[in-house]
Amino acid sequence: MVENRRFGDIVAYIILTIGVLIVAFPVWLTFVASTWDAATIINGQLPLYPGPHFFENYYRILFVGTSGSTREPVAVMMFNSFVMALAIAFGKILISVLSAYAVVYYRFPFRMAAFWIIFVTLMLPVEVRIFPTFKVVSDLGMLDTYQGLAVPLIASATGTLLFRQFFMTIPDELLEASKIDGAGPFKFFKDTVVPLSLTTIAALFVIQFIYGWNQYLWPLLVTTKDSMQTIVIGIRKMITTADALTEWQLAMATAMLAMLPPVFVVIAMQRLFVKGLVETEK
Amino acid sequence: MAQVTLSSVKKVYAGGVEAVKGVSFDIPDGGFCVLVGPSGCGKSTLLRMVAGLETISSGEVSISGRVVNQIEPADRDIAMVFQNYALYPHMSVYDNMAYGLRNRGTPKDEIEKRVKEAARILAIEGLLERRPRQLSGGQRQRVAMGRAIVRKPQVFLFDEPLSNLDAKLRVQMRVEIKKLQRALGVTAIYVTHDQVEAMTLSDKLVVMNGGQVEQIGVPAEVYRKPASRFVATFIGSPPMNLLPAAIDGPGIVALGDALLEARDLKQNLASGTKVEVGLRPEDIEIASEGQAGALPFDVEFIEELGATQLFHGKLAGQPFVMQAATGDVAAEARRLWISVDPDRVHVFDAQSGIRLGRE
Repeated sequence: MVENRRFGDIVAYIILTIGVLIVAFPVWLTFVASTWDAATIINGQLPLYPGPHFFENYYRILFVGTSGSTREPVAVMMFNSFVMALAIAFGKILISVLSAYAVVYYRFPFRMAAFWIIFVTLMLPVEVRIFPTFKVVSDLGMLDTYQGLAVPLIASATGTLLFRQFFMTIPDELLEASKIDGAGPFKFFKDTVVPLSLTTIAALFVIQFIYGWNQYLWPLLVTTKDSMQTIVIGIRKMITTADALTEWQLAMATAMLAMLPPVFVVIAMQRLFVKGLVETEK
Repeated sequence: MAQVTLSSVKKVYAGGVEAVKGVSFDIPDGGFCVLVGPSGCGKSTLLRMVAGLETISSGEVSISGRVVNQIEPADRDIAMVFQNYALYPHMSVYDNMAYGLRNRGTPKDEIEKRVKEAARILAIEGLLERRPRQLSGGQRQRVAMGRAIVRKPQVFLFDEPLSNLDAKLRVQMRVEIKKLQRALGVTAIYVTHDQVEAMTLSDKLVVMNGGQVEQIGVPAEVYRKPASRFVATFIGSPPMNLLPAAIDGPGIVALGDALLEARDLKQNLASGTKVEVGLRPEDIEIASEGQAGALPFDVEFIEELGATQLFHGKLAGQPFVMQAATGDVAAEARRLWISVDPDRVHVFDAQSGIRLGRE
């Protein structure tokens, strides 16, 4: 039995290791490429170990920009992406917590109609309504602004649904106990509903931050100025250069940088995130 | 001071369902009133109307002479203990108890004093920093009581507070609730479906069925003179035996061939009127064959309860249970002769189930 189990362990480790390699190898290659100079990459003989140009490449991409004259340094793009992702995450949490609270705890005319209208917007993601949304945003003069980047992506039903389902699991007695304890609707929300929702909020934050950070199509449409572009757009622009060689080492460094914030967010909120998705104990 | 008065209180739900069909009674200051009845009898709805968690469709509820129909629960000067405790899971025990006081703007040192005092009374001083999920059922129950005590309310409301506890703890907490209520002298309304809890706790027992009050009285009276067949079978364990019978004369009912004297039987009932006779298993006495008024009882099997035994069998062709102290009756007995004190024979109308007693 002991032998058998050890054999099983070894097989499991082999499979897992292969899996990790498949996922990690491209990332490693990206990192390696970001530490060599352009010439090494262009001649097609990229080594599998890091080169000597790490600091040079990263300094240049972060604070100077690529050789193309109009390119902004990546620090600016990262800042833009960061603002956009945070605005989407916070905006969406705020809107969905409040709307779900209204739908679950208030009795008002057309309550279910309101809920279904919110629900139906699940079928209308930005990609589907992209032209009308673009028209609205441009008519409101929000092109090349942070609100133009974030607001249309905030409006969606997923968060409302998530919180509605969660709120329905909060026992009614807690609401009644709050009433007897003299807490009005807002106090109940602030003192009981929000603290109980913290893990769910954290989970939604992680999902929405990554969603916002990885947006491509929408920022491509609403940003025209280089100073407003996000890092994901920046990577694409670096790769398709018509009149010069692609500076692969810089594009790869940008890709590495683009990967970092979502990784940090996931690591920082991992425990809350997992709890929020699986928690059933109330 | 804190007298609670209900007059013609009704609850009609949106669908037209009448959950409470006009209930009136009052509870004196410091009284312990228990509402008891089967599930769906409206007892919880009634309590929730007193608490202000349900609107009152018609009628009036007043606390200390003040009509509270339109007053928010928080301003009714009540405190409630819920069946599942309803503790705030994210707050410590201390915060759970202090929350209501904080919302009222009670000064900090006063809150601390009251919470410490309540914790001392309930022996939960060591738990103040814990979260509810770190507590056992009995401890949560205490915290829920503590939350009620610190408010110093005029009325305590209990909604089946012991039904989530195991049997042993339930008995223990029952005693503690009673002691606490006596010590604090606060009027209490307590809802339960457990007739033992109802009997032991109350000094005013309200038996409800189908949204109506079946009987109101002190527990002993409800037990001794149940006002209806429903009350008779609901209060008392094991439940009262009910046997079809007929009136045979003033104070006499005929149970098949046998005649039985019933001292509390209403006068002027026509002979042959169909009635039901109620006999409590614990009121049955062993008689000897041939003794006047002795009835034959055929035993089918015996249930051991330790101190007592339950004899199941047939009396006058009907299922019948009697209770006797262990050892009083030989275990192999197949036919027993029994008699009942004429004061303890209950007679109910066969149709309406109302007690046919002297006024």
